[in-house]
Amino acid sequence: MKDFQLDGSEQYFDILSEISNIGAGNATTALAQMMQKKVDMSVPKVNLVDFRDLGDTIGGEEQIMAGVYLLVEGDITGSMMFLLPAESAHILLAELMHTPKGEGLDFNEMELSALKEMGNIIVASYLNALSTLTQLSIYPSVPDVCIDMAGAILSVPAAQFGEVGDKILLIQNRFFDDMDMSGYFMLLPDVESYNKIFTALGL
Amino acid sequence: MSEIIKVGMADLKLCKKPNAITTLGLGSCVGIAIRDTNNGIGGLAHIMLPDSTQIRENKNKAKFADTGIQELVDQIIAAGGNRARLVAKIAGGAQMFAFSASGNDSVRVGERNVAAVEKKLKELRIPILAKDTGLNYGRTVVFYPETGDYIIRSVGKPEKVI
Repeated sequence: MKDFQLDGSEQYFDILSEISNIGAGNATTALAQMMQKKVDMSVPKVNLVDFRDLGDTIGGEEQIMAGVYLLVEGDITGSMMFLLPAESAHILLAELMHTPKGEGLDFNEMELSALKEMGNIIVASYLNALSTLTQLSIYPSVPDVCIDMAGAILSVPAAQFGEVGDKILLIQNRFFDDMDMSGYFMLLPDVESYNKIFTALGL
Repeated sequence: MSEIIKVGMADLKLCKKPNAITTLGLGSCVGIAIRDTNNGIGGLAHIMLPDSTQIRENKNKAKFADTGIQELVDQIIAAGGNRARLVAKIAGGAQMFAFSASGNDSVRVGERNVAAVEKKLKELRIPILAKDTGLNYGRTVVFYPETGDYIIRSVGKPEKVI
């Protein structure tokens, strides 16, 4: 197999789309259980976005967002991130915890903790999909959360994608129940792990 | 009428007085502002990774501290800047996620970016007049090559000029 490059890798793109579909389904079920209500999710959009266009794609570099980030260990290593606008995070948290909706940057300890847990559940849904498809053992680390400008949060996964190309692979999910919100998900295997994924899939 | 030029992630651009140049939401990336102190010719680079020689995928010079700073300096000189009069200010290089127990290099990329930027500027003998780096929050920066003012805005914090 030749050295992996993210740009122009249709195979990786297709695999990610498939994993996203399964992962999104798992995540929807998990969210619905957590919130004890029906949640729908549209078919996820997988996009390869140039670094320079990243800000515009997600609605502005300075938009305040909540990012949950965790490391991945096991047969493959890397990291994963779940990102959603701070406003959506407030709405979700208010529903989940039956508390008044917070504003802006203001998240208390309890809310940050709930946000990590939510990110953890969503990320684990995708990891399960990847793990099932590849038969590889993959474990997530304890999550960490950050509330800041979108550009600043995204610089972390961007730097990792930067090692294999000039684009970032974004999976966009829309959840609905009474509200409609967008979340983004990023799967970032370390360079050596791409080949393991391909090999496991028999490619 | 002056305008504000926008620089994206892993990108760099020139800027001449009276215009200003900006980049939004620097996290672990570093914004390097360089200008000629005499004629208001300058520019801004938004680098993402420390070292182009460690990575095969290195066509985009603006992505790395070493090649990005070199390219920006070359462009400033080509536009009429004088090498001996160049000065720099830097901002960014935050650690957005803690993972304090982890020795994972990719998590500490902000710190490594700042170190690489300082090394490259030292090698080119361009003095760093001011810096606002590290910590754990994002920064939007605006640079005025005419005055050298480097404005830093963060969420929930007062604006700073360095």
